[in-house]
Amino acid sequence: MTFEVRNGSFGYKTKEPILHDVSFTVKEGEVLAVLGPNGVGKTTLLRNMMGLLKWQSGGSYLDDVCLADLPVNEVWKRLAYVPQAKASLFSYSAEEMVLLGRSAHVGNFSKPSEKDRAIAEAAIGTVGIEYLKGKMVNRLSGGELQMVLIARALSTRPQMLVLDEPESNLDFKNQLIVLDTIRRLADEKGIGCIFNTHYPGHALKISDKALILRRDGECVFGGVHEVITKERMEAAFGVKVCIQDVQEQENRFKSVVALAVI
Amino acid sequence: MDICKLLWTYAVSGRDGIEPQAYSVLFNIRLPRIILATLCGAGLAVSGAAFQPLFSNVLATPDTLGVAQGACFGAALALLFYDGLLWVQLIALVFGLVAIFMTYTISKVKGQSSTLMIILAGIAVSSMFTSFVSLVKYVADPESQLPTITYWLLGSMSEITYQSLMIGGPLIVVGTVLIYLLRWRLNVLSLSEDEARSLGVNLKRLRILIIFAASMITASCASMCGRIEWVGLLVPHTVRILFGSNNEKVIPASISLGAVFMLIMDTVARAATTAEIPLSILTAVIGAPVFIVLLRKSGGKWL
Repeated sequence: MTFEVRNGSFGYKTKEPILHDVSFTVKEGEVLAVLGPNGVGKTTLLRNMMGLLKWQSGGSYLDDVCLADLPVNEVWKRLAYVPQAKASLFSYSAEEMVLLGRSAHVGNFSKPSEKDRAIAEAAIGTVGIEYLKGKMVNRLSGGELQMVLIARALSTRPQMLVLDEPESNLDFKNQLIVLDTIRRLADEKGIGCIFNTHYPGHALKISDKALILRRDGECVFGGVHEVITKERMEAAFGVKVCIQDVQEQENRFKSVVALAVI
Repeated sequence: MDICKLLWTYAVSGRDGIEPQAYSVLFNIRLPRIILATLCGAGLAVSGAAFQPLFSNVLATPDTLGVAQGACFGAALALLFYDGLLWVQLIALVFGLVAIFMTYTISKVKGQSSTLMIILAGIAVSSMFTSFVSLVKYVADPESQLPTITYWLLGSMSEITYQSLMIGGPLIVVGTVLIYLLRWRLNVLSLSEDEARSLGVNLKRLRILIIFAASMITASCASMCGRIEWVGLLVPHTVRILFGSNNEKVIPASISLGAVFMLIMDTVARAATTAEIPLSILTAVIGAPVFIVLLRKSGGKWL
Protein backbone atom coordinates (compact mmCIF):
# COMPACT_ATOMS: atom_id res chain seq x y z
CA MET A 1 0.00 0.00 0.00
CA THR A 2 1.17 3.51 -0.73
CA PHE A 3 0.31 6.14 1.82
CA GLU A 4 0.41 9.73 0.73
CA VAL A 5 -0.28 13.14 2.20
CA ARG A 6 -0.90 15.84 -0.40
CA ASN A 7 -0.62 19.51 0.53
CA GLY A 8 -2.03 18.99 4.02
CA SER A 9 -2.67 22.13 6.10
CA PHE A 10 -4.14 22.36 9.56
CA GLY A 11 -4.63 24.79 12.44
CA TYR A 12 -6.88 24.82 15.49
CA LYS A 13 -9.67 27.39 15.33
CA THR A 14 -8.78 31.06 15.82
CA LYS A 15 -5.06 30.30 15.88
CA GLU A 16 -2.22 30.41 13.41
CA PRO A 17 -2.04 27.35 11.18
CA ILE A 18 0.26 24.69 12.64
CA LEU A 19 0.86 22.52 9.60
CA HIS A 20 1.36 24.22 6.28
CA ASP A 21 1.37 22.44 2.93
CA VAL A 22 2.79 19.11 4.13
CA SER A 23 3.33 16.47 1.44
CA PHE A 24 5.01 13.09 1.60
CA THR A 25 4.72 9.49 0.38
CA VAL A 26 5.46 6.22 2.14
CA LYS A 27 5.52 3.00 0.16
CA GLU A 28 5.28 -0.62 1.21
CA GLY A 29 8.11 -1.65 3.51
CA GLU A 30 9.43 1.88 3.95
CA VAL A 31 10.08 3.62 7.24
CA LEU A 32 9.52 7.36 7.61
CA ALA A 33 10.81 9.32 10.60
CA VAL A 34 9.13 12.60 11.54
CA LEU A 35 11.39 15.04 13.36
CA GLY A 36 10.83 18.51 14.75
CA PRO A 37 11.14 20.68 17.86
CA ASN A 38 8.71 20.33 20.78
CA GLY A 39 5.27 21.74 20.11
CA VAL A 40 5.78 22.07 16.38
CA GLY A 41 2.90 19.72 15.64
CA LYS A 42 4.36 16.24 15.17
CA THR A 43 1.52 14.52 16.98
CA THR A 44 -0.97 16.85 15.27
CA LEU A 45 0.46 15.70 11.94
CA LEU A 46 -0.01 12.06 12.87
CA ARG A 47 -3.57 12.65 14.06
CA ASN A 48 -4.43 14.55 10.88
CA MET A 49 -3.00 12.05 8.48
CA MET A 50 -4.90 9.20 10.14
CA GLY A 51 -8.17 11.11 10.07
CA LEU A 52 -8.39 11.58 13.86
CA LEU A 53 -8.34 15.30 13.02
CA LYS A 54 -9.64 16.76 9.79
CA TRP A 55 -7.21 18.42 7.36
CA GLN A 56 -8.33 21.98 6.60
CA SER A 57 -7.03 21.59 3.09
CA GLY A 58 -5.29 18.81 1.25
CA GLY A 59 -5.69 15.22 2.37
CA SER A 60 -4.34 11.76 3.02
CA TYR A 61 -4.51 9.08 0.35
CA LEU A 62 -4.40 5.31 0.64
CA ASP A 63 -3.47 3.89 -2.76
CA ASP A 64 -4.72 7.09 -4.38
CA VAL A 65 -8.10 6.93 -2.61
CA CYS A 66 -8.78 9.88 -0.31
CA LEU A 67 -8.90 8.66 3.30
CA ALA A 68 -11.85 10.95 4.08
CA ASP A 69 -13.94 9.11 1.45
CA LEU A 70 -13.33 5.67 2.95
CA PRO A 71 -15.56 4.22 5.70
CA VAL A 72 -13.85 4.65 9.09
CA ASN A 73 -13.94 0.95 9.76
CA GLU A 74 -12.19 0.24 6.43
CA VAL A 75 -9.42 2.76 7.16
CA TRP A 76 -8.60 1.13 10.47
CA LYS A 77 -8.29 -2.30 8.95
CA ARG A 78 -5.38 -1.04 6.86
CA LEU A 79 -3.90 1.56 9.17
CA ALA A 80 -2.88 0.97 12.78
CA TYR A 81 -1.89 3.48 15.43
CA VAL A 82 0.49 2.89 18.31
CA PRO A 83 -0.05 5.68 20.86
CA GLN A 84 2.54 6.80 23.38
CA ALA A 85 2.76 4.20 26.09
CA LYS A 86 0.70 5.49 28.99
CA ALA A 87 -0.79 3.38 31.74
CA SER A 88 -4.52 2.97 31.23
CA LEU A 89 -7.06 3.41 33.99
CA PHE A 90 -8.41 -0.11 34.00
CA SER A 91 -5.87 -2.85 33.84
CA TYR A 92 -6.27 -5.70 31.42
CA SER A 93 -3.89 -8.58 30.87
CA ALA A 94 -1.46 -8.14 27.96
CA GLU A 95 -3.32 -10.85 26.08
CA GLU A 96 -6.69 -9.09 26.48
CA MET A 97 -5.08 -5.79 25.47
CA VAL A 98 -3.66 -7.24 22.24
CA LEU A 99 -7.03 -8.83 21.47
CA LEU A 100 -8.62 -5.34 21.55
CA GLY A 101 -6.76 -4.76 18.29
CA ARG A 102 -9.39 -6.97 16.64
CA SER A 103 -12.15 -4.49 17.49
CA ALA A 104 -12.66 -3.30 13.91
CA HIS A 105 -13.28 -6.91 12.89
CA VAL A 106 -15.68 -7.83 15.69
CA GLY A 107 -19.29 -6.63 15.66
CA ASN A 108 -20.56 -4.35 18.43
CA PHE A 109 -22.70 -7.02 20.02
CA SER A 110 -20.35 -9.96 19.64
CA LYS A 111 -17.17 -11.26 21.16
CA PRO A 112 -13.86 -12.09 19.43
CA SER A 113 -13.90 -15.47 17.70
CA GLU A 114 -11.30 -18.22 17.80
CA LYS A 115 -9.86 -16.80 14.59
CA ASP A 116 -9.47 -13.36 16.21
CA ARG A 117 -7.72 -14.99 19.15
CA ALA A 118 -5.38 -16.85 16.80
CA ILE A 119 -4.49 -13.61 14.98
CA ALA A 120 -3.83 -11.81 18.28
CA GLU A 121 -1.70 -14.76 19.34
CA ALA A 122 0.28 -14.51 16.10
CA ALA A 123 0.82 -10.77 16.67
CA ILE A 124 2.17 -11.53 20.14
CA GLY A 125 4.52 -14.04 18.53
CA THR A 126 5.69 -11.60 15.87
CA VAL A 127 6.71 -9.04 18.49
CA GLY A 128 8.12 -11.77 20.72
CA ILE A 129 6.33 -11.04 23.96
CA GLU A 130 4.80 -14.44 24.74
CA TYR A 131 6.21 -14.19 28.26
CA LEU A 132 4.05 -11.12 28.99
CA LYS A 133 0.68 -12.64 28.07
CA GLY A 134 -0.77 -13.17 31.52
CA LYS A 135 0.67 -9.98 33.06
CA MET A 136 -1.48 -6.95 33.83
CA VAL A 137 -0.58 -4.03 31.55
CA ASN A 138 -0.40 -1.57 34.45
CA ARG A 139 2.38 -3.63 36.01
CA LEU A 140 4.54 -3.60 32.87
CA SER A 141 7.61 -1.44 32.35
CA GLY A 142 7.46 1.29 29.70
CA GLY A 143 9.35 -0.86 27.19
CA GLU A 144 7.11 -3.89 27.77
CA LEU A 145 3.95 -1.79 27.45
CA GLN A 146 5.22 -0.31 24.18
CA MET A 147 5.73 -3.80 22.78
CA VAL A 148 2.21 -4.81 23.87
CA LEU A 149 0.79 -1.76 22.09
CA ILE A 150 2.74 -2.62 18.94
CA ALA A 151 1.36 -6.16 19.11
CA ARG A 152 -2.14 -4.73 19.54
CA ALA A 153 -1.68 -2.60 16.43
CA LEU A 154 -0.36 -5.62 14.50
CA SER A 155 -3.37 -7.73 15.41
CA THR A 156 -5.44 -5.48 13.13
CA ARG A 157 -3.26 -6.90 10.30
CA PRO A 158 -2.34 -3.42 9.05
CA GLN A 159 -0.50 -2.45 5.91
CA MET A 160 0.70 0.72 7.56
CA LEU A 161 1.81 1.40 11.13
CA VAL A 162 1.86 4.85 12.72
CA LEU A 163 3.81 5.18 15.97
CA ASP A 164 3.85 8.24 18.24
CA GLU A 165 7.28 8.59 19.87
CA PRO A 166 7.62 4.84 20.33
CA GLU A 167 11.08 4.96 21.90
CA SER A 168 10.90 8.06 24.08
CA ASN A 169 10.99 7.34 27.82
CA LEU A 170 12.74 4.04 27.21
CA ASP A 171 16.18 2.92 28.30
CA PHE A 172 18.98 2.10 25.80
CA LYS A 173 18.12 -1.54 25.44
CA ASN A 174 14.38 -1.05 25.08
CA GLN A 175 14.97 1.72 22.52
CA LEU A 176 16.94 -0.73 20.41
CA ILE A 177 14.33 -3.45 20.81
CA VAL A 178 11.55 -1.11 19.64
CA LEU A 179 13.60 0.31 16.74
CA ASP A 180 14.68 -3.14 15.56
CA THR A 181 11.09 -4.33 15.70
CA ILE A 182 9.95 -1.45 13.49
CA ARG A 183 12.67 -2.16 10.92
CA ARG A 184 11.94 -5.89 11.02
CA LEU A 185 8.21 -5.34 10.43
CA ALA A 186 8.99 -3.18 7.41
CA ASP A 187 11.49 -5.67 5.95
CA GLU A 188 9.74 -8.96 6.71
CA LYS A 189 6.07 -8.03 6.52
CA GLY A 190 6.29 -5.15 4.09
CA ILE A 191 4.47 -2.88 6.51
CA GLY A 192 5.03 0.82 5.95
CA CYS A 193 5.93 2.60 9.20
CA ILE A 194 5.74 6.25 10.18
CA PHE A 195 7.14 7.29 13.53
CA ASN A 196 7.75 10.48 15.48
CA THR A 197 11.03 10.81 17.21
CA HIS A 198 13.26 13.20 19.09
CA TYR A 199 16.40 11.27 18.14
CA PRO A 200 17.86 12.03 14.69
CA GLY A 201 20.28 9.15 15.28
CA HIS A 202 17.35 6.74 15.45
CA ALA A 203 15.95 8.13 12.21
CA LEU A 204 19.30 7.59 10.48
CA LYS A 205 19.55 4.11 11.96
CA ILE A 206 16.28 2.61 10.76
CA SER A 207 14.41 4.86 8.36
CA ASP A 208 14.44 5.24 4.61
CA LYS A 209 12.88 8.67 4.55
CA ALA A 210 12.61 11.61 6.90
CA LEU A 211 10.37 14.62 7.36
CA ILE A 212 11.45 17.64 9.39
CA LEU A 213 8.78 20.04 10.60
CA ARG A 214 10.04 23.54 11.28
CA ARG A 215 8.64 26.22 13.51
CA ASP A 216 8.10 28.59 10.60
CA GLY A 217 5.64 26.08 9.12
CA GLU A 218 8.03 24.87 6.42
CA CYS A 219 8.76 21.19 6.15
CA VAL A 220 11.44 19.16 4.43
CA PHE A 221 10.80 15.67 3.09
CA GLY A 222 13.11 13.25 1.32
CA GLY A 223 15.56 10.39 1.73
CA VAL A 224 16.79 10.23 5.30
CA HIS A 225 20.41 11.05 4.43
CA GLU A 226 19.44 14.03 2.29
CA VAL A 227 17.11 15.44 4.93
CA ILE A 228 19.06 14.94 8.13
CA THR A 229 22.06 17.13 7.43
CA LYS A 230 24.02 19.52 9.61
CA GLU A 231 22.52 22.62 7.97
CA ARG A 232 18.91 21.45 8.06
CA MET A 233 19.09 20.23 11.66
CA GLU A 234 20.67 23.50 12.77
CA ALA A 235 17.99 25.53 11.02
CA ALA A 236 15.10 23.43 12.36
CA PHE A 237 16.20 23.03 15.97
CA GLY A 238 18.28 26.16 16.56
CA VAL A 239 21.29 24.27 17.88
CA LYS A 240 24.81 23.64 16.62
CA VAL A 241 24.90 20.07 15.35
CA CYS A 242 27.71 17.66 14.67
CA ILE A 243 27.05 14.57 12.53
CA GLN A 244 29.75 11.92 12.52
CA ASP A 245 30.29 8.57 10.87
CA VAL A 246 31.30 6.07 13.49
CA GLN A 247 32.85 2.67 12.87
CA GLU A 248 32.87 0.31 15.84
CA GLN A 249 33.84 -3.23 14.85
CA GLU A 250 31.20 -4.34 12.31
CA ASN A 251 28.76 -1.60 13.23
CA ARG A 252 28.75 1.50 11.10
CA PHE A 253 26.40 4.21 12.20
CA LYS A 254 25.95 7.94 12.19
CA SER A 255 25.85 9.82 15.43
CA VAL A 256 24.11 13.16 15.70
CA VAL A 257 25.12 15.33 18.62
CA ALA A 258 23.74 18.72 19.64
CA LEU A 259 26.67 20.89 20.67
CA ALA A 260 25.31 24.27 21.72
CA VAL A 261 22.24 26.48 21.48
CA ILE A 262 22.57 28.98 18.67
CA MET B 1 -40.33 -23.36 56.23
CA ASP B 2 -43.81 -21.95 56.12
CA ILE B 3 -43.13 -20.41 52.76
CA CYS B 4 -41.84 -23.67 51.34
CA LYS B 5 -44.92 -25.46 52.62
CA LEU B 6 -47.15 -22.79 51.08
CA LEU B 7 -45.36 -22.94 47.76
CA TRP B 8 -45.57 -26.73 47.75
CA THR B 9 -49.30 -26.68 48.43
CA TYR B 10 -49.69 -24.06 45.71
CA ALA B 11 -47.76 -26.15 43.25
CA VAL B 12 -49.67 -29.33 44.06
CA SER B 13 -53.23 -28.19 44.49
CA GLY B 14 -53.28 -24.73 42.92
CA ARG B 15 -54.70 -21.58 44.37
CA ASP B 16 -57.59 -23.19 46.19
CA GLY B 17 -55.30 -25.20 48.44
CA ILE B 18 -53.97 -22.24 50.46
CA GLU B 19 -55.50 -19.49 52.53
CA PRO B 20 -56.35 -16.39 50.50
CA GLN B 21 -54.48 -14.20 52.96
CA ALA B 22 -51.29 -16.19 52.65
CA TYR B 23 -51.66 -16.20 48.88
CA SER B 24 -52.07 -12.47 48.82
CA VAL B 25 -49.01 -11.84 50.99
CA LEU B 26 -46.84 -14.19 49.02
CA PHE B 27 -47.83 -13.37 45.47
CA ASN B 28 -49.12 -9.80 45.58
CA ILE B 29 -46.85 -8.24 48.15
CA ARG B 30 -43.65 -10.27 48.49
CA LEU B 31 -43.11 -11.54 44.96
CA PRO B 32 -43.28 -8.21 43.08
CA ARG B 33 -41.00 -6.77 45.70
CA ILE B 34 -38.47 -9.54 45.23
CA ILE B 35 -38.61 -9.05 41.46
CA LEU B 36 -38.16 -5.30 41.89
CA ALA B 37 -35.19 -5.67 44.24
CA THR B 38 -33.47 -8.09 41.88
CA LEU B 39 -34.08 -5.91 38.82
CA CYS B 40 -33.01 -2.65 40.47
CA GLY B 41 -29.92 -4.19 42.06
CA ALA B 42 -28.81 -5.72 38.79
CA GLY B 43 -29.70 -2.59 36.82
CA LEU B 44 -28.02 -0.03 39.07
CA ALA B 45 -24.90 -2.17 39.40
CA VAL B 46 -24.60 -2.70 35.66
CA SER B 47 -25.11 0.98 34.84
CA GLY B 48 -22.28 1.86 37.22
CA ALA B 49 -20.16 -0.89 35.68
CA ALA B 50 -20.86 0.54 32.21
CA PHE B 51 -20.37 4.22 33.09
CA GLN B 52 -16.92 3.64 34.58
CA PRO B 53 -15.17 2.35 31.45
CA LEU B 54 -17.30 4.58 29.21
CA PHE B 55 -16.07 7.76 30.89
CA SER B 56 -12.67 6.22 31.68
CA ASN B 57 -13.39 7.18 35.25
CA VAL B 58 -13.50 4.94 38.28
CA LEU B 59 -15.87 7.31 40.08
CA ALA B 60 -18.49 7.53 37.35
CA THR B 61 -21.86 6.23 38.55
CA PRO B 62 -25.45 7.31 37.95
CA ASP B 63 -25.07 9.35 41.18
CA THR B 64 -21.79 11.13 40.45
CA LEU B 65 -22.79 11.99 36.89
CA GLY B 66 -26.09 13.54 37.96
CA VAL B 67 -28.37 11.04 36.16
CA ALA B 68 -29.91 9.84 39.43
CA GLN B 69 -30.53 13.38 40.67
CA GLY B 70 -31.97 14.43 37.33
CA ALA B 71 -34.28 11.41 37.30
CA CYS B 72 -35.30 12.13 40.88
CA PHE B 73 -36.18 15.70 40.03
CA GLY B 74 -38.20 14.51 37.06
CA ALA B 75 -40.02 11.95 39.19
CA ALA B 76 -40.69 14.42 42.02
CA LEU B 77 -42.02 16.94 39.52
CA ALA B 78 -44.29 14.29 38.05
CA LEU B 79 -45.51 13.23 41.49
CA LEU B 80 -46.51 16.84 42.02
CA PHE B 81 -48.69 17.08 38.92
CA TYR B 82 -49.68 13.60 37.82
CA ASP B 83 -50.83 10.44 39.43
CA GLY B 84 -49.93 7.66 37.04
CA LEU B 85 -46.61 5.87 37.22
CA LEU B 86 -46.15 6.09 33.48
CA TRP B 87 -45.73 9.85 33.69
CA VAL B 88 -43.40 9.57 36.65
CA GLN B 89 -41.27 7.15 34.69
CA LEU B 90 -41.22 9.09 31.43
CA ILE B 91 -40.42 12.42 33.01
CA ALA B 92 -37.77 10.79 35.21
CA LEU B 93 -36.14 9.34 32.10
CA VAL B 94 -36.21 12.66 30.25
CA PHE B 95 -34.57 14.55 33.10
CA GLY B 96 -32.07 11.75 33.68
CA LEU B 97 -30.96 12.11 30.05
CA VAL B 98 -30.95 15.91 30.30
CA ALA B 99 -28.67 15.65 33.34
CA ILE B 100 -26.15 13.29 31.74
CA PHE B 101 -26.14 15.37 28.58
CA MET B 102 -25.36 18.49 30.62
CA THR B 103 -22.57 16.77 32.53
CA TYR B 104 -21.05 15.46 29.34
CA THR B 105 -21.25 18.79 27.50
CA ILE B 106 -19.85 20.83 30.38
CA SER B 107 -16.91 18.47 30.84
CA LYS B 108 -15.82 18.59 27.22
CA VAL B 109 -12.76 20.70 26.56
CA LYS B 110 -11.21 20.64 23.08
CA GLY B 111 -13.34 17.63 22.24
CA GLN B 112 -11.97 15.55 25.12
CA SER B 113 -13.25 15.08 28.66
CA SER B 114 -10.80 14.69 31.51
CA THR B 115 -11.55 12.65 34.60
CA LEU B 116 -11.51 15.69 36.80
CA MET B 117 -13.80 17.72 34.55
CA ILE B 118 -16.37 14.93 34.40
CA ILE B 119 -16.54 14.64 38.17
CA LEU B 120 -16.68 18.42 38.69
CA ALA B 121 -19.39 18.79 36.05
CA GLY B 122 -21.25 15.87 37.60
CA ILE B 123 -21.10 17.46 41.05
CA ALA B 124 -22.39 20.76 39.69
CA VAL B 125 -25.25 19.15 37.76
CA SER B 126 -26.17 16.88 40.70
CA SER B 127 -26.34 19.73 43.16
CA MET B 128 -28.40 21.77 40.74
CA PHE B 129 -30.98 19.01 40.41
CA THR B 130 -30.87 18.29 44.14
CA SER B 131 -31.84 21.87 44.82
CA PHE B 132 -34.57 21.63 42.18
CA VAL B 133 -35.91 18.64 44.13
CA SER B 134 -35.89 20.78 47.29
CA LEU B 135 -37.80 23.42 45.38
CA VAL B 136 -40.42 20.86 44.39
CA LYS B 137 -40.68 19.74 48.02
CA TYR B 138 -41.04 23.36 49.10
CA VAL B 139 -44.03 23.97 46.84
CA ALA B 140 -45.59 20.54 47.44
CA ASP B 141 -48.74 20.22 49.53
CA PRO B 142 -47.39 19.42 53.04
CA GLU B 143 -50.44 17.31 53.91
CA SER B 144 -50.44 14.86 51.04
CA GLN B 145 -47.68 15.35 48.47
CA LEU B 146 -44.71 16.21 50.65
CA PRO B 147 -44.69 12.99 52.71
CA THR B 148 -45.04 10.91 49.54
CA ILE B 149 -42.16 12.67 47.84
CA THR B 150 -39.91 12.65 50.90
CA TYR B 151 -40.51 9.02 51.72
CA TRP B 152 -40.12 8.02 48.12
CA LEU B 153 -36.83 9.92 47.84
CA LEU B 154 -35.36 7.88 50.68
CA GLY B 155 -35.91 4.77 48.63
CA SER B 156 -38.49 2.12 49.36
CA MET B 157 -39.80 -0.94 47.61
CA SER B 158 -42.89 -1.40 49.74
CA GLU B 159 -45.30 0.38 47.43
CA ILE B 160 -44.61 -1.75 44.41
CA THR B 161 -47.45 -3.37 42.46
CA TYR B 162 -47.42 -5.61 39.39
CA GLN B 163 -48.91 -2.78 37.42
CA SER B 164 -45.99 -0.41 38.00
CA LEU B 165 -43.54 -3.27 37.63
CA MET B 166 -44.95 -3.96 34.19
CA ILE B 167 -44.00 -0.44 33.08
CA GLY B 168 -40.59 -0.06 34.70
CA GLY B 169 -39.39 -3.66 34.68
CA PRO B 170 -39.05 -4.12 30.91
CA LEU B 171 -37.07 -0.88 30.59
CA ILE B 172 -34.55 -2.14 33.14
CA VAL B 173 -34.36 -5.53 31.45
CA VAL B 174 -33.84 -3.99 27.99
CA GLY B 175 -31.13 -1.62 29.26
CA THR B 176 -29.33 -4.41 31.11
CA VAL B 177 -29.44 -6.79 28.14
CA LEU B 178 -28.12 -4.03 25.88
CA ILE B 179 -25.15 -3.36 28.16
CA TYR B 180 -24.57 -7.09 28.60
CA LEU B 181 -24.33 -7.54 24.83
CA LEU B 182 -21.88 -4.64 24.53
CA ARG B 183 -19.65 -5.96 27.32
CA TRP B 184 -16.59 -6.68 25.17
CA ARG B 185 -16.86 -3.26 23.51
CA LEU B 186 -16.64 -1.57 26.91
CA ASN B 187 -12.99 -2.66 27.09
CA VAL B 188 -12.15 -0.61 24.00
CA LEU B 189 -14.20 2.34 25.24
CA SER B 190 -12.16 2.53 28.43
CA LEU B 191 -9.04 3.45 26.42
CA SER B 192 -8.26 7.04 25.46
CA GLU B 193 -10.42 8.55 22.74
CA ASP B 194 -7.77 8.40 19.99
CA GLU B 195 -6.91 4.82 20.87
CA ALA B 196 -10.53 3.70 20.80
CA ARG B 197 -11.16 5.44 17.48
CA SER B 198 -7.99 4.04 15.95
CA LEU B 199 -9.19 0.54 16.78
CA GLY B 200 -12.04 1.12 14.35
CA VAL B 201 -14.82 1.69 16.87
CA ASN B 202 -17.71 4.07 16.22
CA LEU B 203 -17.24 5.93 19.47
CA LYS B 204 -20.11 8.36 19.19
CA ARG B 205 -22.82 5.81 18.44
CA LEU B 206 -21.63 3.44 21.17
CA ARG B 207 -21.44 6.19 23.76
CA ILE B 208 -24.96 7.35 23.02
CA LEU B 209 -26.25 3.77 23.12
CA ILE B 210 -24.67 2.98 26.47
CA ILE B 211 -25.56 6.32 28.05
CA PHE B 212 -29.15 5.84 26.94
CA ALA B 213 -29.31 2.27 28.25
CA ALA B 214 -27.79 3.13 31.62
CA SER B 215 -29.90 6.28 32.03
CA MET B 216 -33.05 4.33 31.17
CA ILE B 217 -32.21 1.82 33.90
CA THR B 218 -31.45 4.52 36.46
CA ALA B 219 -34.58 6.52 35.68
CA SER B 220 -36.81 3.42 35.85
CA CYS B 221 -35.33 2.43 39.19
CA ALA B 222 -35.71 5.95 40.52
CA SER B 223 -39.34 6.11 39.40
CA MET B 224 -40.24 2.79 41.07
CA CYS B 225 -38.30 2.86 44.29
CA GLY B 226 -36.77 6.31 44.71
CA ARG B 227 -33.13 7.01 45.24
CA ILE B 228 -30.84 4.15 46.02
CA GLU B 229 -27.23 5.19 46.22
CA TRP B 230 -23.96 3.35 46.32
CA VAL B 231 -24.88 0.23 44.40
CA GLY B 232 -23.37 1.57 41.17
CA LEU B 233 -20.02 2.20 42.83
CA LEU B 234 -19.87 -0.57 45.39
CA VAL B 235 -20.83 -3.57 43.27
CA PRO B 236 -18.67 -2.99 40.14
CA HIS B 237 -15.57 -2.26 42.20
CA THR B 238 -16.12 -5.28 44.41
CA VAL B 239 -16.40 -7.34 41.25
CA ARG B 240 -13.17 -5.82 39.86
CA ILE B 241 -11.34 -6.63 43.09
CA LEU B 242 -12.52 -10.22 42.73
CA PHE B 243 -12.28 -10.85 38.97
CA GLY B 244 -10.10 -8.11 37.40
CA SER B 245 -11.10 -5.29 35.04
CA ASN B 246 -12.06 -7.22 31.91
CA ASN B 247 -15.64 -6.15 31.25
CA GLU B 248 -16.45 -9.50 29.71
CA LYS B 249 -16.46 -10.71 33.32
CA VAL B 250 -17.26 -7.47 35.15
CA ILE B 251 -20.65 -6.95 33.49
CA PRO B 252 -22.23 -10.39 34.14
CA ALA B 253 -20.74 -10.54 37.62
CA SER B 254 -22.07 -7.05 38.45
CA ILE B 255 -25.55 -8.07 37.32
CA SER B 256 -25.65 -11.10 39.60
CA LEU B 257 -23.90 -9.53 42.57
CA GLY B 258 -26.05 -6.38 42.29
CA ALA B 259 -29.23 -8.45 42.28
CA VAL B 260 -28.19 -10.50 45.30
CA PHE B 261 -26.95 -7.44 47.19
CA MET B 262 -30.18 -5.53 46.68
CA LEU B 263 -32.32 -8.51 47.58
CA ILE B 264 -30.47 -8.86 50.88
CA MET B 265 -30.69 -5.10 51.53
CA ASP B 266 -34.42 -5.05 50.90
CA THR B 267 -35.00 -8.09 53.10
CA VAL B 268 -33.10 -6.40 55.91
CA ALA B 269 -35.02 -3.16 55.29
CA ARG B 270 -38.29 -5.06 55.60
CA ALA B 271 -37.49 -7.46 58.39
CA ALA B 272 -34.88 -5.88 60.67
CA THR B 273 -37.28 -3.65 62.59
CA THR B 274 -41.03 -3.42 62.81
CA ALA B 275 -40.97 -0.26 60.72
CA GLU B 276 -39.35 -0.20 57.28
CA ILE B 277 -35.84 1.22 57.10
CA PRO B 278 -35.36 3.41 53.99
CA LEU B 279 -33.18 1.60 51.46
CA SER B 280 -30.74 4.40 50.69
CA ILE B 281 -29.80 4.47 54.36
CA LEU B 282 -29.21 0.72 54.47
CA THR B 283 -27.16 0.46 51.29
CA ALA B 284 -24.75 3.06 52.63
CA VAL B 285 -24.71 1.82 56.25
CA ILE B 286 -23.99 -1.77 55.27
CA GLY B 287 -22.35 -1.23 51.88
CA ALA B 288 -19.82 1.43 52.82
CA PRO B 289 -18.03 -0.53 55.59
CA VAL B 290 -17.84 -3.65 53.42
CA PHE B 291 -16.34 -1.55 50.65
CA ILE B 292 -13.88 0.11 53.04
CA VAL B 293 -12.64 -3.30 54.20
CA LEU B 294 -12.19 -4.42 50.59
CA LEU B 295 -10.37 -1.18 49.75
CA ARG B 296 -7.95 -1.51 52.63
CA LYS B 297 -7.29 -5.19 51.97
CA SER B 298 -6.58 -4.73 48.27
CA GLY B 299 -4.77 -1.40 48.68
CA GLY B 300 -6.37 -0.14 45.47
CA LYS B 301 -4.36 -2.64 43.48
CA TRP B 302 -7.16 -4.03 41.38
CA LEU B 303 -7.32 -1.18 38.88
